[in-house]
Amino acid sequence: MNDALEFFIDPSRCIGCQACVQACGECDTHRGTAMIHLDYVHRPTGVQTTPVVCMHCEDPTCAKVCPADAIKQDEQGVVLSAAKPRCVACSNCVLACPFGVPKMQTSFDLMMKCDMCYDRTSIGRKPMCATVCPSGALFYGPRDYVEKFRREQPVNEFQFGAQTVRTKVNMMTAPGVKALPFDVADFLPFEALDEDPLALARAGAPDVADAAVWHELHDPKAELELICE
Amino acid sequence: MPWMVAVGAACVVCAAVIAGSRGLKHFDAALLYYAIGSVLAAAAVAYRFTVWAQRPPSRMYFKRGLELLLRRGTGRLPAVALATADKIVAQNFIRRRSVYRWVMHLCLSGGCTLAFAITFPLVFGWVHFAPLTGDAETYRVMVLGFGVDSFHVAGVKAFVMFNLLNLSALIVLVGLIMAAVRRFTDAGERATQKFWEDILPLLLIFAVTATGLMLTVSYKFLGGRGHSLIAVVHLVSVLALLFYIPFGKLFHMFQRTCSLCVSLYKKAGARGPRAHCMCCGEDFASRMHVDDLKTVPD
Repeated sequence: MNDALEFFIDPSRCIGCQACVQACGECDTHRGTAMIHLDYVHRPTGVQTTPVVCMHCEDPTCAKVCPADAIKQDEQGVVLSAAKPRCVACSNCVLACPFGVPKMQTSFDLMMKCDMCYDRTSIGRKPMCATVCPSGALFYGPRDYVEKFRREQPVNEFQFGAQTVRTKVNMMTAPGVKALPFDVADFLPFEALDEDPLALARAGAPDVADAAVWHELHDPKAELELICE
Repeated sequence: MPWMVAVGAACVVCAAVIAGSRGLKHFDAALLYYAIGSVLAAAAVAYRFTVWAQRPPSRMYFKRGLELLLRRGTGRLPAVALATADKIVAQNFIRRRSVYRWVMHLCLSGGCTLAFAITFPLVFGWVHFAPLTGDAETYRVMVLGFGVDSFHVAGVKAFVMFNLLNLSALIVLVGLIMAAVRRFTDAGERATQKFWEDILPLLLIFAVTATGLMLTVSYKFLGGRGHSLIAVVHLVSVLALLFYIPFGKLFHMFQRTCSLCVSLYKKAGARGPRAHCMCCGEDFASRMHVDDLKTVPD
């Protein structure tokens, strides 16, 4: 694997075309089964989608909770899909992954997840999804290119409650954001909260990337005010 | 604790050898190195298994699995029996992934299991053959010192008995060829396979199988030529395979026991309280699973 190349996800560039989903199924390590899916960023307020791939955590929770040692990390930090002989289909990894990436293939009794197209990236080629993405929402290349040509800034630190997760894959977000915070409140149904959905938007996840594109602001507080207006 | 379990396992095997061979009366001294290797391998497997079973996620499943097994009520033992038949004997989960892999794996696991089922009792002195008094051409099958069967040395039963190991070797060879084809041609496997994890076990099994068959070829067709050398190579390859089992890919045969606990756990979880998504209300797992999982990572 070429260490100079990194993976960048920019939700604000996703156009929801699903080309990545189609291409993913062509990967030799999981032929016929797409390991990428599109999620709505904030469905109550818009139709913006974002591709969801394995973030390849530095200290993967999925591997820590696996009872069968089925999930391994290679020397470059790529977290591989479950080893076929070992996986006991317990779904621990599915429930524990902070990003909701692993999928249990119940018909196979096997967890499968994105392995960054290991057959391709291990020999210096781009992952399938990044190869076909027409808008640059999925980009695999040198960091200096991204820093030079993109207004957003790559972040690979995420805060899930008390848990800080550092990842190999970068998320493009507003300049000045050091770590993306996620809170259960971001995903609660608005009907239950009896509040204006827009009032819940705040600097950070999940709509900060959107803010970064439309408003060139570097101050998260000012950004928050603008979003809440 | 793992060391104590390892020593305990070695002691149990030694005791079983002594008891099963009637105080070493039926123990074949020519197989001494195989017996020593088996005792040490049993200790190594016990050590590795204990270390693995103590990891928080595995411990959770074994603890819960035992709790559920011992809980009052019906349906636990049939559930375990069904899961054993489905996951360990028939290996249906592999068939659903790929029929090719299923046939390959059945050949490898079935052939190896048959070979182990023949050789361990012979090595430990639990089974031996003795000629009938006054009839040297009729053999009695002695199991744990008791005569259970007899056959004429020229009969069909004798042919089958004396060639079961060769038959198991042929079954394993079919599996090895299929595995080699897959390792050479499957682009996904080629990208992710590692020598220590994926190639070495196949080489070791091949070495055992090939040298085992060569022993038969040597005494049947070559008048015993090279038999001593092949016997030594066979011994070395068997010992290497036995010692690889606890520390490599083949340990998954013992890790599969965890899938039985998972089956019980899922069955109990399906009947108990459920966890629902806070956002959409969807039922996504058992409450027991979610609560247990929170205790696992740290």
